Amino acid sequence: MNTLKRWLNTAKSHSRWAVISVPYLWMLLFFAVPFLIVLKISFAYQVVAIPPYTGLLELADQSVLMKLNLTNYLQLMVEDKYIDAYLNSIQIAGISTLLCLLIGYPMAYTIARLPPTSRNIALMLVILPSWISFLIRIYAWMGILQTNGLLNKLLLGIGIIDTPLRIMNTPLAAYIGIVYAYLPFMILPLYANLVKLDLRLLEAAYDLGARPWKAFLTITLPLSRRGIVAGCMLVMIPAVGEYVIPELLGGPSTRMIGRQLANEFFVAGNWPMASAVAIVMLLLLMVPILIFNHIQGKEMEGRLT
Amino acid sequence: MSSLHRTGLFGKGMLGFGYAFLYLPILILIIFSFNSSRISTVWSGFSFKWYIALFKDDAMLNAAWVSLKVAFASATVSVILATLAAMVLTRFRPFRGRTLFGALITAPLVMPEVVTALSLLLMFTTVSGFFGTSSKGMLSIFLAHVTFTMAFVTVVLSSRLAELDKSLEEAAMDLGANRVKVFFVITLPIIMPALVSGWLLAFTLSLDDVVIASFVSGPSATTLPMKIFSTVRLGPNPKINALASLLVMLVAQAAVIGWYIMQRQEKRRLRDIQLALKEG
Repeated sequence: MNTLKRWLNTAKSHSRWAVISVPYLWMLLFFAVPFLIVLKISFAYQVVAIPPYTGLLELADQSVLMKLNLTNYLQLMVEDKYIDAYLNSIQIAGISTLLCLLIGYPMAYTIARLPPTSRNIALMLVILPSWISFLIRIYAWMGILQTNGLLNKLLLGIGIIDTPLRIMNTPLAAYIGIVYAYLPFMILPLYANLVKLDLRLLEAAYDLGARPWKAFLTITLPLSRRGIVAGCMLVMIPAVGEYVIPELLGGPSTRMIGRQLANEFFVAGNWPMASAVAIVMLLLLMVPILIFNHIQGKEMEGRLT
Repeated sequence: MSSLHRTGLFGKGMLGFGYAFLYLPILILIIFSFNSSRISTVWSGFSFKWYIALFKDDAMLNAAWVSLKVAFASATVSVILATLAAMVLTRFRPFRGRTLFGALITAPLVMPEVVTALSLLLMFTTVSGFFGTSSKGMLSIFLAHVTFTMAFVTVVLSSRLAELDKSLEEAAMDLGANRVKVFFVITLPIIMPALVSGWLLAFTLSLDDVVIASFVSGPSATTLPMKIFSTVRLGPNPKINALASLLVMLVAQAAVIGWYIMQRQEKRRLRDIQLALKEG
């Protein structure tokens, strides 16, 4: 009886570990290991061979030597094309995020104040476009923004401009594309936050004589801070690493880091450099993520005390 | 109270502007898919010829078929793995390595696509160099898609499991059912809607992905987004407009059906509440 019980117990703990290990091993194998390979190759030298990089360990005179090549990282810090790409990515992602916030906040606010029955439909209308292929939605702008495209025809037709504007293949087109693609990601967390706002607070402010704008700035805006931060993160993080939008709309003059990585790998065939670009990109993204965690942690503390 | 519900002209205006911004490009895309001219911005008469050309384009149809196969397989495996992961995160006692487990599961959410793509590609090439075989193609896209969609599905399932009332599971356990039985008889039926929406999410994410697929895939497998990407890089193409319109119509239909089902469920719920109130 005792042995049976013990046997059942071990079987139980085995099945427990079986459940844990399947997803665990999958993520180790297809996420952690690939990442370590990138880290390793980022310290290698580029060579003309298969694979086109050197190993880190060398066997010489009965000792194992480890050779870390830091020139990739040094190059990233001094060469203009990399610095430009990083700064451009941050600038384009940052300004696009701000534009998303400026357009998305009034939209989310208005939807949250609609009568409950029409709220769901209004929200559905925001989400619906993101079900259509991302690529197709970016492609839709190509016909509009071209030099002989519809936007220029419209502007020429009503006489605002005399010569067609060059928008396609400039950073401006990339801004439009990013705002368009990521706007729903800004609106959703803002809406979720604003819909929970206690309207009695505003009522009290009005009763005490506050003007609508003053009430908005002192009550609604500070209370929706969490939604703002969440929305900004959801837009900013993927926008920094964006590859498709600058490639299709931005043209050669829009140098962003995701494109630099792809060029380094596919055009220059420099695997170690592409890996180093990827590592630095991740380090760069850690900054906003840590800030976000910090703010969230503080809010939790504030609530507990 | 009513004055608080009014949002003023500014808000309504911004909402209108936002919807126009979101929908006009898609509308224009659909209109010009019926254009008989090759130049995508000059209207020269109504025609279905780009739709006919699309259905004669074998490369495009093949790519669509590859995409559907990969999306179906990867969504299915992804949901199974994500269910296990979500159960571990919400129902299991803490174990050694749990922090790493949680980090590994959710990290792909914040990883830039190009970095995920590069790291998987480098691993596949390293492994195939090791075994001396070429592993690029549909299999690598499948493995990559399972990995990056699993994170999203796990988040959906964990939040559903976390808000689930545990007393049902505990009651079943008290009555002598073992963990496996409780999972299949109690937990699984309750989280079924979340499983379905998780599967759909993984399916659409896989169908939508162009960056990861074009990195990890070799010349042997081309998905639909890869085909679209390589086509529109050369400039607007009316065949892509026709394809896009078909996709939009598909999504619109799915949305109407989904909305109808949601509406019916809501009605049924209200009726149930009313009945319960009457009886009570």
